[in-house]
Amino acid sequence: MNVVVCIKQVPNTTQVKIDPKTNTLIREGVESVINPFDTYAIEEGVRIKEKTGGKVIVITMGPPQAEVALREAISVGCDEAILISDRKFAGSDTWATSYTLSQAIKKVNKINPVNIILCGKQASDGDTAQVGPGIATFLNIPQITYVRRIDKIENDHLVVERLVEDGYEIINTAIPCLMTVVKEINEPRLPSLKGKIKAKSAQIIHWTAAELECDPKNIGLEGSPTKVLKIFNPPIKSNGEILKGETGEIVDKLAGILKQEISGA
Amino acid sequence: MIDYLLNEEQIMLRDLARQIAEEKIRPVAAEYDEKQQFPWPIVKVMAESDLFGIWIPEQYGGLGKGVMELCICTEELSKACGGISLSLAATALGSFPILLFGSDEQKKKYLPDVAKGKKLVAFALTEPEAGSDAGSIKTSAKKDGNYYVLNGTKQWITNGGDAEIYSVVAITDKSKGARGASAFIVEKGTPGFEFGKKEDKLGIRASSTRELIFTDCKIPKENLIAKEGMGFIVAMKTFDSSRPGVAAQALGIAQGALDLAVKYSRQRKQFGHAISSFQGIQFMLADMATQIEAARALVYSAARMVDSGAKNIGTASAMSKLFASDVAMDVTVKAIQIYGGYGYMKDYPIEKYMRDAKITQIYEGTNEIQRSVIASNLIKETLK
Amino acid sequence: MGISIINEKCVGCGLCIKACPFGAITLVNKKAIIDLHKCTLCGACVSTCKFKAIILDKTTTAKKDLSGYKDVWVFCEQKDGIVQSVSWELLGKGKELAGKLNSKLGAVVLGADNIEKQTTEIEKRGADLIYLVKNPKLAHYQDEPYANILINLIEKYKPEVFLCGATTLGRSLISKVAIKLNTGLTADCTGLDIDQKDKILLQTRPAFGGNIMATIITPNHRPQMATVRHKVMKEAEVHPGNKAKIIEEKYGEEILKSRTTLVDIVKEIEETINLSEADIIVSGGRGMKEAKNFELLKELALVLGGAVGASRSAIDAGWLPYSHQVGQTGKTVCPKVYIACGISGQIQHLIGMQSSKTIIAINKDPDAPIFKVANYGIVGDLFEVVPALTKKLKQTFNK
Repeated sequence: MNVVVCIKQVPNTTQVKIDPKTNTLIREGVESVINPFDTYAIEEGVRIKEKTGGKVIVITMGPPQAEVALREAISVGCDEAILISDRKFAGSDTWATSYTLSQAIKKVNKINPVNIILCGKQASDGDTAQVGPGIATFLNIPQITYVRRIDKIENDHLVVERLVEDGYEIINTAIPCLMTVVKEINEPRLPSLKGKIKAKSAQIIHWTAAELECDPKNIGLEGSPTKVLKIFNPPIKSNGEILKGETGEIVDKLAGILKQEISGA
Repeated sequence: MIDYLLNEEQIMLRDLARQIAEEKIRPVAAEYDEKQQFPWPIVKVMAESDLFGIWIPEQYGGLGKGVMELCICTEELSKACGGISLSLAATALGSFPILLFGSDEQKKKYLPDVAKGKKLVAFALTEPEAGSDAGSIKTSAKKDGNYYVLNGTKQWITNGGDAEIYSVVAITDKSKGARGASAFIVEKGTPGFEFGKKEDKLGIRASSTRELIFTDCKIPKENLIAKEGMGFIVAMKTFDSSRPGVAAQALGIAQGALDLAVKYSRQRKQFGHAISSFQGIQFMLADMATQIEAARALVYSAARMVDSGAKNIGTASAMSKLFASDVAMDVTVKAIQIYGGYGYMKDYPIEKYMRDAKITQIYEGTNEIQRSVIASNLIKETLK
Repeated sequence: MGISIINEKCVGCGLCIKACPFGAITLVNKKAIIDLHKCTLCGACVSTCKFKAIILDKTTTAKKDLSGYKDVWVFCEQKDGIVQSVSWELLGKGKELAGKLNSKLGAVVLGADNIEKQTTEIEKRGADLIYLVKNPKLAHYQDEPYANILINLIEKYKPEVFLCGATTLGRSLISKVAIKLNTGLTADCTGLDIDQKDKILLQTRPAFGGNIMATIITPNHRPQMATVRHKVMKEAEVHPGNKAKIIEEKYGEEILKSRTTLVDIVKEIEETINLSEADIIVSGGRGMKEAKNFELLKELALVLGGAVGASRSAIDAGWLPYSHQVGQTGKTVCPKVYIACGISGQIQHLIGMQSSKTIIAINKDPDAPIFKVANYGIVGDLFEVVPALTKKLKQTFNK
């Protein structure tokens, strides 16, 4: 089975904090990491390769420094890495990103027939979970989201477990297909020394918009139906407020606070 | 603190070992110490990351690196737990006789599995009546046709019972004294090869220590390493190469303890201030850090010297082990002092570091033996 | 089209650098330079620049004729023939938006024959139009048939706005639909409103793990699609007298085809939630007085979907197993909400939880150190407050 894994390099959001004085994001010293959910996708791709043979090709759409993420993926077992980077992609929303990645996968498919595409459930910076299904739609292949286990791999179909709110579904899907995976699926391995050495000297393939034969209307800002109107900081929480009043009042206030916290994604 | 100008690959190795130490070892160190359990899951992780291949030549499936790289790796792992790191470090020690003196067949037979981390190794010299006085070992190996028959007991063998491969030093000819010993490879499961109970230790409790009991244990003559009579040379040369490794373990324990002590001193407030702002504590920390750095410089220098192929590495090796282990003991005791009452409680991680540090002053040649080695080499030099 | 710095106006103050959430701006020779690889053209810097030195030109191709699109639609998710409550929340918000747009509120529901009964419920919740598709093959959700039908409905009836719950089902489904229709989709919105001037949907959502908020628009494509998480919006009120027009559509085999098939459904109720991963932790200390009182905290945690923690005193007293201990010698946690009940807040405990996003403390002692780190403190009896809070939350979440 040839597997394509789509990854994204994101800022380490656990480190990102708001500067209380200026109320802006502190970005200094925040390192870039592979989107945590994607590490599970990479691990699953490598496991599929170990079970069935074939190749794992990892791709990412991003700035030149996303190469670091690709090399990390190689150090844990991916065979080839492709960086899709072009200034023309700047400003892409999930529609344009899905389009661009699907163009890349179409190109990969010409050289190595792609059987399975894996993505992490969502990216920790955007949190939209849209690109996986988006790619499947552009490629017109079946998709299964929130995969927590691959039960069976046959030549023409897979049987997988899909995590839902109150349990899981068992789904049979034709191949080729796309799956987005959740944390429950595996425990990502650490890199090996041999892997790291291989990653250091690996040749990263670089594709631009032209090489992907992208329609300019579909990429970058031009190709993005959604636009960011503005970015602002969430309201500062009052520090150390002692809630006063009758139990009923306090409880009402607390319930409101908790509801807001829970819904604040 | 000091830049040792490590090359890119050494940095890669160091960072990977550090990642394994922090993500995999540190969270479970206390539990393995408490239960005195062998850390097989960690061994698996280290194996999958190719750590067991560091010092094994490439032709046998390893990475072909040297003692320096082994020291870097051991140090990082020991910062999280000096006991768990020993499963790797002691395997290196046990494999050196084969590496340095083994025949090509022996290397081909045993080293690939070691490099993959599939089989652990142990080194067996010490006996109940022969510690520092290694020359008075009694375990015998009698030639019998195509075999050697081993009889005797080895004591306090690290990885004993869990390793599959053992390099054992036994007497083949009592009349020849120091030249009457030979080194052998013995595999676990050989009939007549049994293990004693697992020792209940003060420290490095995640490492297993057992007696090896040989009762008419027959091993093929092909398992003789080098030639008859080479036993103590094999042992001494093994120690020369492995002592920087023990030093690295001590170094890691010391550094780990210092890191915890610094962190604690910033959290702990007394008299309205963090204790890290008190000069008394600051001076202690400064001394600890300086000692560790001096030890590190010595260990790395010795390791690099060993890797360079230099002939007379005995003194450097002994000095690195002597100094680093004494530093580890001193630093860990001071670290407990900085933790104060909390440092005495098993709930807090620091007391383990002191318990682990102690053994580094004792095994692989007690520090008294190290001093003897250094002194005799020193005097020999001046006699030239 | 793009972004550029007017060098003559730039004084190198660096305000834009701080404002950029993507670290795309640096100062070189006292002039700001934008790295186009990192810039997402979000415009956060433009408004920050006091010297109007940054120009962002977002004009794109000619505006499409979007006048044919009307009405606000809500996808009513059903499971086993019952419409899920997130749909009521969407209908509530949808009604408000439809009002501002001077249009109708439509509800879309797909299912087996038994779904028809639910139309009366949907009607009571304020829908003006109900688009109903019944077929045994639609009993359980599968991506392809559901997406194909929705796409067909939308292309036929042209809603202006389309809302859907950000559930497992919703997120998988709507992404496909939006891509196929070449329109914009914003996920997990916490705020939805109509811009009075342009009459377009303003979709607000958190980003960077909640550290900043972004308002997104879909100016040139229709429908404007958004997903909203369960429990974010208020449910629509029930109006028994409300009447809706039901429009039933039927589809043939081709559209109902699916390359995935549901083999089985396995229900699992997870009792225990991993403490280190929990978003919400309800924690108890010595003030809990005895083991059985932790039941109060367990109930509260259950309503909130969180985990139960404890301070060292509680663990030492044997009231909970060690795995629940939060603190210097226990676990360090960083949840969104940490509710400390009867915990005094010794430094050894604080070290384990003080980086939690919102800390709520309930303690009888006004001088308890925990109040120094709490965002909200209640000086009171936890045995009164906690059960009352649990009851109130149960009502609010309608569990």
